[in-house]
Amino acid sequence: MSFKPVILWTDALVYVLVAVIVIFAWQVRRHEHLLAPWRRVGHSASGMAALTILMFFIVIGLLDTIHLRPAIENGNGGSEAAYGVEVLSLLDLLATPLRTQVETTYSAPFATHLYARETVELPGGGQVREFPRLKFGGAHLQDPEAQLASDIATRAGAGAGLALLLWFLIATSVTALVAHRRDERFMSTLSTIWRGITPVPWRAVFVTLALILLLGGAALALCSDYHILGTDKVGQDVFYQSLKSIRTGLLIGTLTTLMMLPFALLLGVAAGYFRGWVDDLIQYLYTTLSSIPGVLLIAATVLMMQVYMETHPELFDTIAARADLRLLFLCIILGVTSWTGLCRLLRGETLKLREMEYIQAANAFGVSHWRIISRHIIPNVMHIVLITTVMDFSGLVLAEAVLSYVGVGVDPSTISFGTMINAARLEMAREPMVWWALFAAFSFMFALVLSANLFADAVQNAFDPRMKTLSALARTWRRKSIGKNA
Amino acid sequence: MLNYIIRRILYAIPILVGVNLITFTLFFVVNTPDDMARMQLGIKRVTPEAIAKWKQEHGYDQPLMFNNAEEGLEKITRTIFFEKSVAMFAFRFGRADDGRDIAYEIRTRMLPSLAIALPVFVLGLIVYIAFALTMVFFRATYVDFWGVVLCVALMSISSLFYIIGGQFLISKLWHLVPISGYSQGLDSAKFLVLPVIIGIISAAGANTRWYRTLFLEEMGKDYVRTARAKGLPESTVLFRHVLQNALIPILTGAVVVIPLLFLGSLIVESFFGIPGLGSYTIDAINSQDFAVVRVMVFLGSLLYIVGLILTDISYTLVDPRIRLE
Repeated sequence: MSFKPVILWTDALVYVLVAVIVIFAWQVRRHEHLLAPWRRVGHSASGMAALTILMFFIVIGLLDTIHLRPAIENGNGGSEAAYGVEVLSLLDLLATPLRTQVETTYSAPFATHLYARETVELPGGGQVREFPRLKFGGAHLQDPEAQLASDIATRAGAGAGLALLLWFLIATSVTALVAHRRDERFMSTLSTIWRGITPVPWRAVFVTLALILLLGGAALALCSDYHILGTDKVGQDVFYQSLKSIRTGLLIGTLTTLMMLPFALLLGVAAGYFRGWVDDLIQYLYTTLSSIPGVLLIAATVLMMQVYMETHPELFDTIAARADLRLLFLCIILGVTSWTGLCRLLRGETLKLREMEYIQAANAFGVSHWRIISRHIIPNVMHIVLITTVMDFSGLVLAEAVLSYVGVGVDPSTISFGTMINAARLEMAREPMVWWALFAAFSFMFALVLSANLFADAVQNAFDPRMKTLSALARTWRRKSIGKNA
Repeated sequence: MLNYIIRRILYAIPILVGVNLITFTLFFVVNTPDDMARMQLGIKRVTPEAIAKWKQEHGYDQPLMFNNAEEGLEKITRTIFFEKSVAMFAFRFGRADDGRDIAYEIRTRMLPSLAIALPVFVLGLIVYIAFALTMVFFRATYVDFWGVVLCVALMSISSLFYIIGGQFLISKLWHLVPISGYSQGLDSAKFLVLPVIIGIISAAGANTRWYRTLFLEEMGKDYVRTARAKGLPESTVLFRHVLQNALIPILTGAVVVIPLLFLGSLIVESFFGIPGLGSYTIDAINSQDFAVVRVMVFLGSLLYIVGLILTDISYTLVDPRIRLE
């Protein structure tokens, strides 16, 4: 199958972000003093378990980032390939059954019949009100009532079995690798991992991995023949929507930071370093911006952007490009409203740093301002940037949902947690109640935000040991209980 | 002291001017009043006369910054900038798109907003401090650990789910209070209970965790060691000495939001149908009523600046070591 790659604006920025992270990781690996705090992150059980979950979300998000336009089959065998107007991602292609198997309206998870009665024409004439069979969900079953439970069980069992096999392979190879590194026999490494006394908490990672793989394996085995999380009002598969929401959430959480970082870093460091009128000006700027309540500033800006996009429709060639640009604008606007906090922190830290002896010495040697800032100050404030970035992530994911509810979030055609909740919020009041869309949005969002919070906690604890975080608490607690046992 | 307050108030003026300039740029320069009119009247096939009429009805039919058609001082005063933006400093808010007086709406809607926001603020503060103190009292035990885990879990749930879940459980399943609505006087209590409880719970995770950190920081100080060395029981140390001292950052940190309580909460009010300023703002956003949004932005920043000044003053009141210069 031929296709034409499409790079949307947010895709390009995601690639930039990935490149930045790779370069950063490479830098960190080369310098022992940069690596040390990351080691501490690696030794936190909750942090590593959270990272394992986050990795799954990131993989799904990245799969959803590679966009392309598949070729349309040309009946007359023309030489020129034509490409569809629909922009699809790799995830869309992998999940083609989920995307295309659209029912007519609501159906419950694992249902074989619609959730509402419909008038069906009988073959012999006449009509009857009944729950019609779904077009796709469980369509392969002859007698749904008798076969449904056993069919689901066998399929889920097969999927989970395969997942378990995969987990076994991963776990053994990691254990073998650790054993090789520690110069031990395989069995003794296995027993230390089992007792949970390795420096890197492999046991926590393996347990998390097993849980994810079991759930994922069962879901994968079932999702092409059932709607495992039901369908929504227009019959779209809710599981597919949840998967698509992940990219939107991740994008908002990361791109916003990427957008605001240059401003915050440059202005914050400049204010602290140069002082005088530069400081006054920058302080005035961020005090003014931060004095406008965040939601209102975002609402005002998004409203204005909406008007601009409505009155200039010629700027956007496809619906996807338009929705994508709106997402990007939302990130920029969120960045503009949230850079002030980081800027203030950086200014304070730079004020402290510039009085340090090594910077005084650099000044005395006549090192240029730019060089002092880039060589001596920025590397020494990076831990603040990192902590803020990681801490902000979960807040931004949550903010997206609220903003979409208020009506100033992502484009209505973009699938996100916010649009899912917004579409489903009246369904709880419906009789009979439709709960699965909210349940899906809730569980995916909770998993994402909780693991982001736990990971942020571990990072903060490693880079800023003064904070009394969860990981620190877990460590003292563990030490206490170990002491008690001994 | 008085000198300082006057200086702070004078310092607030350039910030408000800045806010005003930002909103002016956003609402009138990025998109001209013509764009707005076209948006309101529908994009396609709008006659220039219809646009002119809409602009005239809503008072946007003047030049932006400088009116050459007028004489003398009116060159500046008969402009959109002067009539729409500068007038806000005199609290002349003008009319909403539906013709109602914005200032009147704000005055009447302030009370319902306050009726929810104030109990959430006061009760919330008490509840969070109580929980944080409990966790600190049992620090480095199961209670503390699972307390923090609970806080992190609570922080990870979107506030939308608290509202939807609360409405479903308490109003729909158990029929304890009405789902939404509002009435005057004492009768309104049954409408307010649920939003207040949900308001408290949805902010519980982050605040309790933050207060716990403050308490723990205070526990590490010298006077605590001295108190313990004197032989005071742990409860006295915690509830008398530590609590009093940790209340300084907690209360002064809370002062900044007091003026903002008037604005209410956007989503809680709209879910529960409370006719406060929060739902007013949401309605304005949904109907793209820019006049109202502009006023709310101005009002929000004004109240925030008032909050900052109050914070500075409260510092000197609770901590005599701090002197305002």
